[in-house]
Amino acid sequence: MRDWLLLLLLALACSLLPLAGDNYVLRLGTIVAMYAVLAQSWNFIGGLAGYPSFATAAFFGLGAYTSAVLLSYGAPTGLAWTAAGGMACLFAALIGGAILHLKGHYFAIASLAVGEVLREVVNTTPDLTGGGMGMNLPVPKLSVAAAAQTFYFSMLALAALTTAAAIIVQRSRLGFGLRCIQQNEDAANILGVNAYGYKTAAFCLSAVFAGMAGAIYASWVHYIEPPDVFDILLAVKPLVMVLLGGIGTVFGPIIGAFLLIAFEELVWRSFLTIHAAMLGGIIVVLVLFMPNGLLALVRSGLARLRPAGPKP
Amino acid sequence: MIYLQVLANGLVLGGLYAAIAVGFSLVWGVLNVINLLHGSFIVLGSYVAFFAYAYFGIHPFLSAGIAGAALFALGYVVQAGLVNRVIAAPVLITLILTFGLDLILNNAMLLAFSADYRKVNLAHPLGSLELGPIFLPGDRVAAMVLAFLLTALLYRVLRDSRIGRAIIAVRMDREAAALMGVDVKRINAITFGLGAFMAGAAGALLSIIYPISPLNSSLFLGKAFVVCVLGGLGSVPGAMVGGVALGLIESFGAYWLGPEHAITLSFSILLVLLFVRPSGILGKRGYE
Repeated sequence: MRDWLLLLLLALACSLLPLAGDNYVLRLGTIVAMYAVLAQSWNFIGGLAGYPSFATAAFFGLGAYTSAVLLSYGAPTGLAWTAAGGMACLFAALIGGAILHLKGHYFAIASLAVGEVLREVVNTTPDLTGGGMGMNLPVPKLSVAAAAQTFYFSMLALAALTTAAAIIVQRSRLGFGLRCIQQNEDAANILGVNAYGYKTAAFCLSAVFAGMAGAIYASWVHYIEPPDVFDILLAVKPLVMVLLGGIGTVFGPIIGAFLLIAFEELVWRSFLTIHAAMLGGIIVVLVLFMPNGLLALVRSGLARLRPAGPKP
Repeated sequence: MIYLQVLANGLVLGGLYAAIAVGFSLVWGVLNVINLLHGSFIVLGSYVAFFAYAYFGIHPFLSAGIAGAALFALGYVVQAGLVNRVIAAPVLITLILTFGLDLILNNAMLLAFSADYRKVNLAHPLGSLELGPIFLPGDRVAAMVLAFLLTALLYRVLRDSRIGRAIIAVRMDREAAALMGVDVKRINAITFGLGAFMAGAAGALLSIIYPISPLNSSLFLGKAFVVCVLGGLGSVPGAMVGGVALGLIESFGAYWLGPEHAITLSFSILLVLLFVRPSGILGKRGYE
């Protein structure tokens, strides 16, 4: 109940943003919402099931291209976005059948290779996807301000939807089974958890919303190309955000997305040439000094400040 | 006849791929760490060779040793100071840590050397060899032979030296090795250093063949992945077999399908192999 209330308040607060800010703020808000979707998506497979997936970029890119191709054939936007999610989900189910029996590093590499293969497939099918030239999407007939609001609310709605799914999954049999798999997959199997089915479900969940985010992103920026939508950073940043906010939690991914993007905007834009190194530095500090995320650090810091017991 | 030429090209390429991958395979197999810095280590080795040749006229075949030694020191420090602290953490943690370190190293190289492609232009190239119908560039063959010798040297070090035996012991059973008096943390650092040594030396040898740029690091890293999965992990012969196999696959693939499909081909093979035989051609089954 508390989670639902928090989600509702958060969504309401975020929908007030267009009143407060100009198009620049809306653009930032859209990016935060997009990364919140991707971080939540990764959390299903990486946080709950403990499978280090790098396929987020693959799902994002697949969704972007599915939607772009459909739109170029004149499909309505809503249909194209939904189909992008469906396509990513279907793809995850198929590829998950092949790679989810792998563990640890092998799974990580296989999931990474999926994105690389997709990128090369797009590169070598110029008739359908424009290949390395990229693809232009139809520009919606809206004013600049209206378009900014439309895409902000679309991305925000998707983020809310993804978080709702996260809340439902966390409390369901599926979430419980996934946590069991993370702790000890063999034991979970023996106790009757259908590990294979559960992992595939988590993988599909991590695909469907990421695919839709890719579709909305493609419509938003009007132009996509393989190095942009299959960028490895689209797989890594969500993961860093989840680690930052708290792995396996409902609101950790959102907090992580907000913090990382805020940091990016406030600090990195003054140091453009060392952009990548700053992200690397954050990762190193995060991994070495706060492996349970910023929230856990804050919590333990507060606990230390509080007096340990009643003093006479 | 053209097939003989394609075969020869594939073998030369394969020898270089083996040198690229053997250090990566060693670190992965012994420490269970995927070192995403490996590609940048190779590029850094290339830069050492480039500057050694540009300023001091040292031939890359000689500066391979210098590059290797420099990278050994860097690798040792990285492992002893950073990676050792989280070596027992889940896979995701070490993976993301080396990714972060790679972002820093690669960015530093971009700042220091810029993204421009450079090349070592030898004053006295070795010319070319003609064996009947087969035509081979001499420098490439010499680089491959040297890469092969370095790999063989690593094999002997692992088999015959005290340090080498300690590394193998850690690979087999970390706890038992510690109980037998092996300083596991030090061995970890030496192993990581040796992996970096091979990367640096391979980078120096590659500097006379490929253009040098920080942008190439992910390309090398990708090759190392595929070679390891092809040949199996953690053994020098596995990396050799995987390297040669990938060289031949790419060479024949480029001939039959066209060079633009070479990357798709190698990654597709990677996925298929992970599906049917994740332990690789020479790997043992049941090793995670």
